[in-house]
Amino acid sequence: MSAADRNPSNSSYYVTDDFYAKLVADFEGWDLDTRRIDDGPDYVRARSILLREARYLDQDRMRDWLALFSPECAYWIPGTRDRGDPRREIAFAFHDRRQLEDRVYRLETGYAWSQTPVSRTSRMITNIEVFGTDEPGVTMVRSNFQVTEYWNGQIRFWTGYSVHRLAPESDVEPGFGAILAKQVNLIDCDENHRNPSITL
Amino acid sequence: MTGDSTAFDFDALIHEDKVHRSLYTDPAIFDRELTRIFGGTWVYLAHESQIPEPDSFFRTRLGLRPIIMVRDGDGVIRALYNRCTHRGATVCRAKQGKATSFTCPYHGWTYMTNGKLIGVPWPEGYGHDQRQEDKFNLAQVPRVESYRGFIFGTLNMDAPALADHLGPVREPIDDWLDRNPGGKLVLSEANRMRFKGNWKLAYDNSADGYHVVFSHRSLLMMENRFAGEDPKGMSFYRQRPDSGPVRVYYFGNGHHFKDKRPTLADGPGAIWRIEGLHPGMEGYEAEIRERYGARADALLDLAGSIPMNINVFPNLLILGNHIQVLEPLSYNETATTWYGTAIVDDGDELDGAADLINALRMRTQEQFPLFGEVDDLTNFEEIQAGLGAEEDPWVYMDRGLGMPDRFTEKDGVISGPATDEVFMREYMKHYKALMVADPELTISRGGHDR
Repeated sequence: MSAADRNPSNSSYYVTDDFYAKLVADFEGWDLDTRRIDDGPDYVRARSILLREARYLDQDRMRDWLALFSPECAYWIPGTRDRGDPRREIAFAFHDRRQLEDRVYRLETGYAWSQTPVSRTSRMITNIEVFGTDEPGVTMVRSNFQVTEYWNGQIRFWTGYSVHRLAPESDVEPGFGAILAKQVNLIDCDENHRNPSITL
Repeated sequence: MTGDSTAFDFDALIHEDKVHRSLYTDPAIFDRELTRIFGGTWVYLAHESQIPEPDSFFRTRLGLRPIIMVRDGDGVIRALYNRCTHRGATVCRAKQGKATSFTCPYHGWTYMTNGKLIGVPWPEGYGHDQRQEDKFNLAQVPRVESYRGFIFGTLNMDAPALADHLGPVREPIDDWLDRNPGGKLVLSEANRMRFKGNWKLAYDNSADGYHVVFSHRSLLMMENRFAGEDPKGMSFYRQRPDSGPVRVYYFGNGHHFKDKRPTLADGPGAIWRIEGLHPGMEGYEAEIRERYGARADALLDLAGSIPMNINVFPNLLILGNHIQVLEPLSYNETATTWYGTAIVDDGDELDGAADLINALRMRTQEQFPLFGEVDDLTNFEEIQAGLGAEEDPWVYMDRGLGMPDRFTEKDGVISGPATDEVFMREYMKHYKALMVADPELTISRGGHDR
């Protein structure tokens, strides 16, 4: 198969050792005060993407949610407080493009009993801060989240902060394919969770 | 210390073909399990890689007893009660780490990692010296033994030696380990879950070949969405599983095993070929093939999930490459932790391939907990809800019962077809024997007598 035929929706060639190494480095030491972008178009755009993402997830618009991610993306929920290296430790979740689509496909089968009926969620996204990187136009966005989940007669919460690595703004539909990588840091990532089947 | 053994009529609760709901719903039966099973027989406590060197510790439980697993300063593995002998506070509050002593945060009593009390603030205020009295050392599990890295403990001095207790389940455990370099594995973090249901619901499930195509229907559809003629993962169960080569085994002492290896094709690469689709598979595979040529298939098999479910009663479930540990929290709540495992290649048997294999192996282990186990846990919770019906009390497990042609028995090991419930019937007999018995449970005070 030539590189041109490689579709990250049905194969995974891009998640290489170099990809992991860059991902780990990108998510280390990015939140320097000197790199913080307080306002302006980067901030407005980041906020717009994050709020859209939360709305799509709350509205169960999973295909629209997928469209926010770049073709060669990473979705990472570390299982430890220091995040670790996903090459050497199990994560709460670590998805590439194909596995993000797997996640959505499974929910759409109608036989995912952990999401039958589907959880109802309400997401609060706050404390948004945008940081510049060494790559032109690429930003890191930190935000706090609280997801309230109603499932099986009970209300519960998922709390923490997310880090989005966003691609430079493109000419296509704003936000489309913008998320290069998303890291979800639960405050209780190393605790045993009941039914961890919603998408964070 | 073990109370009234006639309070329950276990013959009325556990029959050959069915068990009574109260095994799952009665808090008094759960309380009894905390001594008769979690204490009265060998229980898995930790893996040696969690306490790799002297002064390493890892906090866990034996039933509900708070335990610190330690490798003391002399390298001896101990299971200390995490309970100050003064007023009862826990002395260790970190999950794991290294420590040369434990100091109680409440009044400052200090213990060595072998449990010995070495410090009592302002001792002149006491009319005796606790440091000279064994009863003020931390309690510890009196019998702690390992089998190939798996550490078990019991409070029952009359229990057989661990190796005898494990008996024939050692054979699949040996196979499971021996496929890896040096015959060993280390833990590599975990997918951690809990469910609102009795711990036995998970043990009932662990060799159950009957639920797979139903409970995991969404996962089977997902993992085969690109598979075409080359079915992945658990697809074996989609055909007529009882006519196939997968068997369930009962080994005695509550241990059971589902062996799916006979479905594998011959030769290297067979495990890898049925692996589902995970992040990085194609890229890493291409790199391993380029670097290692003819050896690549055998190396890739080390990243794939070995199709074995080895269940060591009551709380250690070895599934694929996972070490799943059950922790009973109450009659209707259980923690289930799916520890990942990584290979270690101290002798460089793999010519530097270990890191590539582990990078793949981490991903092959995350999918089932996230996209499969969650559906089982939901079904366990819904069983717990269904068993709220008092007037309809029976849980049936008679698939295969009275059909002797389905079974073989050799050297005390019973084996039946893939979907048979024989493993449940047999382990429940052992469970009944344990629950009826009145073992004497003891603790050690370590220190002077060791």
